[in-house]
This record gives sequence, C-alpha cells and structure tokens, in this order.
Amino acid sequence: MSDAISITGLVKNFGSTRALDGLDLTVHTGEVHGFLGPNGAGKSTTLRVLLGLLNYDGGTVRLLGEDPHRNPAELHRRLAYVPGDVTLWPNLSGGEVIDLLGELRGGLHRKRRDELIERFELDPTKKGRAYSKGNRQKVALVAAFASQAELLLLDEPTSGLDPLMENVFRECVAESQSTVLLSSHILSEVEQLCQRVSIVRAGRTVDSGSLDEMRQLTSTTIEAELDREPADLNDLSGVHQATVESGDPVRVRCEVAPEAFAEVMRRLSAAGTRSLISRKPTLEELFLQHYRHEEVS
Amino acid sequence: MWALMKFALRKDRVKLSIWLIILGLVPAGIAASFADIYPDRASRVPFAQDIQANAGLLATTGPAQDLLTIGGLTTWRAMGTTCTFTAIMSFLLVLRHTRADEESGRLELLRSAPINASAPLRAALLTAVVANLVLAGLIALGLIVVGLPPGGSAGFGLAVGLTGLVFAGLGAVAAQLTEVTRAATAIASAVLATAYLLRAIGDSTETAWISWLSPLGWAQRMRPFGGDQVELWTPLLPVGATVALSVVAFRLVARRDFGSGIVAARPGPAQGRLNSSFALAWRLQRGPLLGWVVGFAVLGTTVGFLADSVQGLVEDSAQLADVLEALGGGDSVVDSYLGTVFAICGVLAGAYAVSALLRLSAEESEGRAEMLLATPVSRLNWALGHLAVVIAGSALLMLVGGLFTGVTFGLVSGDLAGQVPGAVLAALSQVFAVWVLAGLTVLIFGFRPRAGLLAWLAVGLTAVVELLGPALKLPQAVLDISPFTHLPELPGAGLTVVPWLWLFALTAVLTAAGLIALNRRDLH
Repeated sequence: MSDAISITGLVKNFGSTRALDGLDLTVHTGEVHGFLGPNGAGKSTTLRVLLGLLNYDGGTVRLLGEDPHRNPAELHRRLAYVPGDVTLWPNLSGGEVIDLLGELRGGLHRKRRDELIERFELDPTKKGRAYSKGNRQKVALVAAFASQAELLLLDEPTSGLDPLMENVFRECVAESQSTVLLSSHILSEVEQLCQRVSIVRAGRTVDSGSLDEMRQLTSTTIEAELDREPADLNDLSGVHQATVESGDPVRVRCEVAPEAFAEVMRRLSAAGTRSLISRKPTLEELFLQHYRHEEVS
Repeated sequence: MWALMKFALRKDRVKLSIWLIILGLVPAGIAASFADIYPDRASRVPFAQDIQANAGLLATTGPAQDLLTIGGLTTWRAMGTTCTFTAIMSFLLVLRHTRADEESGRLELLRSAPINASAPLRAALLTAVVANLVLAGLIALGLIVVGLPPGGSAGFGLAVGLTGLVFAGLGAVAAQLTEVTRAATAIASAVLATAYLLRAIGDSTETAWISWLSPLGWAQRMRPFGGDQVELWTPLLPVGATVALSVVAFRLVARRDFGSGIVAARPGPAQGRLNSSFALAWRLQRGPLLGWVVGFAVLGTTVGFLADSVQGLVEDSAQLADVLEALGGGDSVVDSYLGTVFAICGVLAGAYAVSALLRLSAEESEGRAEMLLATPVSRLNWALGHLAVVIAGSALLMLVGGLFTGVTFGLVSGDLAGQVPGAVLAALSQVFAVWVLAGLTVLIFGFRPRAGLLAWLAVGLTAVVELLGPALKLPQAVLDISPFTHLPELPGAGLTVVPWLWLFALTAVLTAAGLIALNRRDLH
C-alpha cells in the first residue's frame, strides 16, 4: 500500500452546479503534497469528500486504502484534519478543545502538545469566542501536530497566521513524520514544503507531479544582452512573449518551451551574446501559466 | 439606519410573518368562539361568577374584568397569552439583530461602514416598533372583523403592541450585558418569567397591586372593553418603560467595546477533561438545562400553591367544572386544574427539547461539526449524545415540575403522601408527548441541516392547539395533531398505558428515520 490518497474521476454536484468535475489526486505515503488552486476550485470540497462528510456522484475515492464512506469513524483514527475556517465552541477554552480533539483521536503527546502551544505562542485559557481567526487555526494545528496521525489533511492552514507563525508552521510540517496533504494558495509555502503538487482548476486536476517534473514541461525564461539584433524569435513555435529592445546592448527577453530551447540559444549566440540569464519558472509563474493557458484554450 | 432596518426586515420576512400571523389571529379566533358559546348577557353571568371564584384560573389567564362582554372575556382569556408570546417575539427579534450578529461577527463588517456604534441597536429597535405596530393593527382588524367595537379592538391591539415594545427594550438592555447571545436570551427569559409570576400572583390573590409591577399586568388592566372604566392612562406605563430601557441600552452600548459585554468574560482552563462526544454534548447542554430546571422548580412551586386555593374556592360548581373540562383535564376541579397546568409545562418542555436539539443544527451550520466529525466520532454518536441529554433532560424537567407541585400542594393542604405521587405521575406522563416533538425535530434535522423553522413551527402549532384549542373550538381532527391530545387524563381516573406505548413507539420511529437520513446526507 503506497498511496495514502487515491482519487480518480471524482464528480460532485451541488444541485445544478458541478463543484468537482472528474478530479484526480494521488498522494504517496510519506510525502508532503501540495494541493493548489484558487478559491472555488474545489479543494475544500475534495477534502470533505475524503472525510466522508459529503457524498459524491462519480469516480473512485480511496483514503488510506479504504472507502471513506464505509466506516469513516474508524478511518478517522488514523488522520487529523484542520478545516479552512476553524470555528470553536464559544464557551470552551483552547486547551479544552485541543485535549478533546486529542482524546477523540486516541490520545496525544502531552509533551509535544505543551511544546507546540509554546512555539505557536497560543494562550490555551482563552475561550473560543475570544480567539482571532489565526488563533483558532493555531488551536486546530496544535491538536493536529500533537496527534499521532498517519495523515494530516490541512485546508489552507496558514491563511490567518502572521509570517512568524507561518514559519513555525513550516518547521512543524518539515519535522512531521506523517503524510501531509496541504491545500494552499500560498505558493512559496508549497514550493518550500512539498515534494509533489497537484493543481486544480474548476473541479479538475490540470497538472500533477513533482515540481521538477512540472518545470521540465514548461517554459524557461531567458534574458540576454546581445551585440546585434537577433533573427526574429517570434516565428518559432514554442517561443512566447519575445521582446527585443534595441540599443547597446540589445536586450532580449522571452519564454521558451523545451522543444525550442536549442534553436533559441543558437540564434542568440549568433547575435553575439554578452550575458545570459536562464531561469526555470517559479511555482507562481507555473501556476499562472496554467491558468493563462486554460483561459486561452 | 433605515437601510439597516430594511435589511433586518428582509432577513426576518419569513420568521416575522409567521409570528405576526399566528399572534394576530389568536385574539379574533377566541372572541369568535366566545361569541358562539355565550351569545347573550344572561349566558355570561354564571360563567363570569365561576371565573371570578377560581384563583387558579385567574393566575393562568388574567384578572376577571368586564366579563359580561365578549371583548372583556377575550381580554381575560387571550390577552395574557398573546402578550407573553409577543414579548418573546420582541426580545428575540432585538437580540437576533444586535448581540447574535455581533457574536457571530456579521456586524463587524457593517460597523466598518460609516455608521456609529448605536446604529444597529437603533435599527433593531425600530424593526421591533414596526413589527409591534403591524401586530397591533392585525389584532385590532381581526377583532373588528368578528364584530367587537372598533375602539376597544384598537385598544386591545395597542396594549399588546406596547407590551411587545417593553420587552424589545428589555432585549436591547440584555444584549449589552453579556457577550454571549444565549446568556442574553436567558436574562430576558428570566425577566419575562418573573413578570408572568408577578402577574399570576397579583391576579389570583387579594394583592392586586403586585400585578402592577409586571408589564404583562399593565396590558390587561387597561380594560380596552371596560366602557366607562377603561383606563386610558395605562399605555403611559409601557411607553415610559420602553423609553427608559432604550435609554439604558444606548448608554451601555456607548460605554462598551465592540464584541464585549458589560460583564467581562472569564478565562477557561488550560487543560481539558472532555474525552468523548457524549461528554462534549453534556458540557454544551448542561448550562441551558440547569436554567430550565430552575424555571420548572419555580413554576411547580407556584402551581402547587395555587392548587390549594382552587380547591378551597370551588365547591361543586357544575358550570366551572365544565369550563375546566373544556380547557382539558380530568374530573375533579383540582385534577383538571393540574391537568391544564401540566399540559402547559409539557409544551414548555417541548420547547426545551426542540431548542436543545437544534444545537445540532447550529453545530453543523457554524462549522464545528465538521471538525468534530473528522475525528473518530460517527454522526450517529454525535447526534445520540445530544439526543440522550434531551430525552433525559425533558423527563427531568417534568419530574421537577411534578415534584415541586406535589410537595408544595401537599405541604399547604396537609396531605403530602396523597398529592406527591399523583402530581409526579401526571407530570411525567407529559414526557411521552414531549419526546414525540424531540423525535420530530431529529427527523427534520435528518433531512435538512437548517431544521429550526420547521421544528419551531411544530412547537408553535402544538402550543396553539394545546393552550387555546378548546377555547378556539378547534375540530377534533385538528386537536389530534398535537401529541399531547392523546395522553391519558391525569391526574384523575384516566390512567392507561396504551397511549404512552404508541407515543413512545412513534418517537422511536421518527428518531430512527431521522438518524438514518442524517447518516446519508451531505454535511455542510
């Protein structure tokens, strides 16, 4: 059993709107998997289907090797979930909620719990109604990281955290032994923490794989300073947004798909390359490329 | 502010319409049925004498005034109940648009708009004014339609509307005191209960001045159908009280921070001891249940005291026995008095059961259920935890009500051993009907996450049928929709277990169907 989560062709309708439209997602055991997509793409809906909270209308779903709707309570012993919008019981203190969630999940590391409360600078005596959004998230995060769960499902867990606390969160994920599915739209976080990434758009997976794999298939940004104007680049298929600024030196900037890379390099050096920067896209550029591409097609 | 008020009216359009229509129709319905039973003065004289002699009856309804007119009879029978429910409508309305919105954070966005701190409160109070004016108009119109004098009808409507406004003002003050909506609701409810008790004591004893301490007493003592004796100055009392309460509320709102209450919140423990969904359900439910238990103890004690005066005042008036029998209940006058009062307690316990079960609905819509059900807690255990508290809690309420009634009555009448078992049995018998309401709520929640409106509608219908059905001369088929109608007539000779068995079976079926549906539907 090597996949913690395996979803193929998942379909979910809410009335006449289709929230998930054939979504695929595979999370290998032991990895930290980034789940990327803008608001409304279907990330939270996918997580709720995984938890057995929502029924689905098509496709197959396997969570830790089992059907999440067969015996959800039993399956939940092995995971911890941090919802995107954490709401707490107004009259229970944060400490009480952490211990309740821990007990329900079959006990938590007491030492780890106290250490996490310290690191997240959380006041566990405050009542639920008195916490800010970030502090409510911290309560759920402490409970999740202090559990012994094999799988952590985290739905935009840092949306209310300040940069210092986000850093603590990153440390905690890095230390964790668990498989993690991290839904997020903070790309630097995903880029730093995740071995593999799935990008969803309008209820479908548009790309999935390791960051390196995904970069292999996408354009490289090239900036060069040349002696002379190069041969026209825009007529090459696989070159996008080429700009040429005449002057001394001539400045060229373009995005180059893998298949055109060799030819572009030949034309640039023929024009007398003085300097050259070639950069693989950041996740953000990758993400935007996917969305731009989808809108065109 | 006008925009805020329009927004509030829009949000409330369904809920408020139901309140207004039911409350607007009840007085006219009662007037029509009195006109039917007592068409002329001669037929009203013996009835009026019987009413005047019965302290227990006066305590539950209101003072005996102008009973020789249909208007007077309607005031006696319907004014108290209508005012009480209008009071509930009014303070709930104000709390909903002030503290509840503030607690949930919805007001925060509005407060960032160019409005000042008191605007939401002002808008809520204005909404209450509009609602109560419309209600006053509806009631007056209804009474005129069934043939009562226009002046008295308008007075009746006005008296009810003004009572509503006093309690809107009370809601406004309660909303400032604590940061928790539930606590504010409890404060307002406690004040209403006190007002009801004061009126009941004042109206049923020689100390009529006590009724003047209660806003509920003011309305009836206006005597809208009193002819020469109409007390035109009494509306000044509710107007004055409303203004005073509003001034206090505006002072308080200016003094406190957004989101906080005048009474500061205390911190909780750093470590928790809750270890199961059942423990959590008990923790969430115990506070409100304690409040209800205290309320039922007070109610039972009052009922017990009055039972003795019923026994003392009424010898063997056939006419009165008929009246009491029409109100529901057994053979002897005291038995039927207790039967009537326990039926009211039963409806109240039904309201407790529904409100406590709707906690599930709130847990779901506010997102806490999502986090809980992502742990090894199954939906079934989650719902059963709350249901267990409600099943036991409603039985506890009726036990407390019956016990306090029996003990008080027993001590006062010197027959402790004779009164306690009968009162306890009669009170507990109501539980079987209360449980049907609980089962119905589970059924509704099983299919719809937002179960509140339908469940409360069921309670409202039961209350109307149970409290006013006989007076409204509703047909038996309508009376039969209330589970309380089918209970054995207790205390008295009516003991039979068959209704208990099938009511319990009905509860079990409703609950099971609801739980199965809950297990299958999407959670939000």
